Amino acid sequence: MVEILFYIFGTILVLGALGVITSRNPVYSALLLVLCFITSAAIWLLIEAEFLAVVLVLVYVGAVMVLFLFVVMMLDVNLEELRTGFTRYAWLGWLTALAVIVEIVGVVWVRGVGIDVSKSPTPTAPDYSNTLELGRVMYTKYAYPFELAAVLLLVAIIAAISLTMRRRPGLKVQDIGKQVAVRAKDRVRIVKMNSEKRS
Amino acid sequence: MAVNLVKTLLLTELVQGMGVTIRNFFSTKYTLNYPEEKTPQSPRFRGLHALRRYPNGQERCIACKLCEAVCPAVCITIDSEVAPDGTRRTSRYDIDLFKCIYCGFCEEACPVDAIVLTRIHEYHMEHRGENIMSKDKLLAVGERYEAMIATDKAADAPYR
Amino acid sequence: MLQSISDTWNSLSAYGQHTVWTTVWTLAITVALILSVALLTLWERKVIGWMQLRRGPNRVRILGMFPGLGQPFADVVKLLTKEVIIPANANKFLFLLAPMITLIPAFAAWAVIPLSATVVVSKANAGLLYLLSLTSMGVYGVIIAGWAANSKYAFLGAMRSAAQMVAYEIAMGFALVGVIIASQSLNLGDIVERQQGGFLAWNWFWLFPLLIVYFISGVAETNRAPFDVAEGESEIVAGFHVEYSGIAFALFFLAEYANMILISALTAVFFFGGWLSPFAGYLGDSALAQPNIGWLLIKIFIALFFFLWFRATFPRYRYDQIMRLGWKVLIPVTIVWIGVEMVMAWYKVGPWAKVALWAQ
Repeated sequence: MVEILFYIFGTILVLGALGVITSRNPVYSALLLVLCFITSAAIWLLIEAEFLAVVLVLVYVGAVMVLFLFVVMMLDVNLEELRTGFTRYAWLGWLTALAVIVEIVGVVWVRGVGIDVSKSPTPTAPDYSNTLELGRVMYTKYAYPFELAAVLLLVAIIAAISLTMRRRPGLKVQDIGKQVAVRAKDRVRIVKMNSEKRS
Repeated sequence: MAVNLVKTLLLTELVQGMGVTIRNFFSTKYTLNYPEEKTPQSPRFRGLHALRRYPNGQERCIACKLCEAVCPAVCITIDSEVAPDGTRRTSRYDIDLFKCIYCGFCEEACPVDAIVLTRIHEYHMEHRGENIMSKDKLLAVGERYEAMIATDKAADAPYR
Repeated sequence: MLQSISDTWNSLSAYGQHTVWTTVWTLAITVALILSVALLTLWERKVIGWMQLRRGPNRVRILGMFPGLGQPFADVVKLLTKEVIIPANANKFLFLLAPMITLIPAFAAWAVIPLSATVVVSKANAGLLYLLSLTSMGVYGVIIAGWAANSKYAFLGAMRSAAQMVAYEIAMGFALVGVIIASQSLNLGDIVERQQGGFLAWNWFWLFPLLIVYFISGVAETNRAPFDVAEGESEIVAGFHVEYSGIAFALFFLAEYANMILISALTAVFFFGGWLSPFAGYLGDSALAQPNIGWLLIKIFIALFFFLWFRATFPRYRYDQIMRLGWKVLIPVTIVWIGVEMVMAWYKVGPWAKVALWAQ
């Protein structure tokens, strides 16, 4: 049963990934990438890594790809212009692809020596919590790398913001805080007037 | 300033607003269940048009065309001819209900109180062309609701 | 007949029985949810009507009784019989896919919501994360609908709603971090069990700011008034679903209301003790003090009433104000309160007095 599901999801994943790079419409590419993330999350669920699977969907599908789509939909991508530099930079693309292939082979084949990949993982006890185990390892054994990664991300965020934030002179902006803090008595004066006699 | 900040953080104004709505939630409702309940109408209500007759059955309208002239929406069309008894009568008196704005000027202008606006406001059309009220139809309305029209005119007479 | 059914049932393997049982439960919950949505639309119109001194729908009857109760069903029939118009330049496949994508997460989330201590489709350990990831997928339906319709209004609505949902998801996630700290579990059933002991032991008492933040984010996440800039009928007609008609529109409608019910159920589970009785520990052994699914339904109903109450009370936020509220107000509030909670947990105040910290 698990094998059948794996092959179904695997087929979808591979076809989706092929679609990402062959599709001419960037919006389709982004949506197919979302499909890839969801199917890989499903594959992770099959090997009982439910925390990672859910976080993959939460972070990549829920946040990153939304922003991706946001940008892709907003931009009016001109395909002709994109293709002009294709042959000139093709060697760079091939080089990157080769490097990636070498790395994947390294991970799967070299480091996988001695591990029987064809065997499905041993089922864990029903009360085994993937999340708990992960948290325990992350905050004890790998506490320093974890904190380092967090600081690195923070630095990246601040760098990105400081690089893109420009104070344009002459730009008129509303101070929402001030607008919201306005009280009626600051703006309106209610005057009580007695009616006057008809002359 | 500090008071305002505390007020903002505690959402006091939002809670006040919600208090208003919840009070209305429990108060009496104003909606009328329309076909069963109706709002009272003034005798001056301006609804469907009608042409009246004198008690002896003679048409009031003398084809003076004052209503046609005063109508701001130009919805009245009148043709006149000499009747067999030698009087001046309309041969055609059409009101386009789609053009009419129910201002009541025709009623004001009429020297013989022939064209009146009744209190009938629940009427409808199902076919094209029914929006034109011909002379026959107007007279029929007048005959049918003469009692109502008469009492309404009497009620309004002291104020004219 | 009964005999043959029980025979077939017994002949199934344990796995088969589980599959059949889950399927039946899923169908039951889906049907119940759709019915609730139908009644909720009527209840919304009634409540908003009453708050505006009107009577609300009271004409369509069922069997000549219950004035107004037939209204949602009449609406459904109307929408079903209308034509689904596909704009000429729309992307047909995505245009039709979008309503389904919106609908699926709203229903799938119910898989992990415990209706009582035993009644739950899946007792997933990472249930809370599953919920967060599903609610974040709801935004895709909106974006795809806005883009596929090939209309400026729809696209503007989609962009607004995408930015808004991403922003408020963070505030919502932070508020839930506080809940996780309080209950030390990601399993929704455990979260409820940790709140035992009367209404003061529920999470809302110690996590009150988080409750407010969570509920506000929930309202924003479902694109309900006063955060409904994605629809904003006064500016961009109907937002992302301008071009939809008939049953395709009805699916968006269904998803919005199912999401409302979902957020209300989650509020009840996270902050108001789910199926636990508010009088537990006060009324001794009486029936009122027993945990019951009825309590959960009452809590969901009250939370839903707040949704409608907000809609009847507050005018729509301006778009930049929404963004400011999400990023600059709600997120700092949650971070401050998580700090407070850490101090409380360390000194074993409130809910942390009874559970050993760092248990297991």
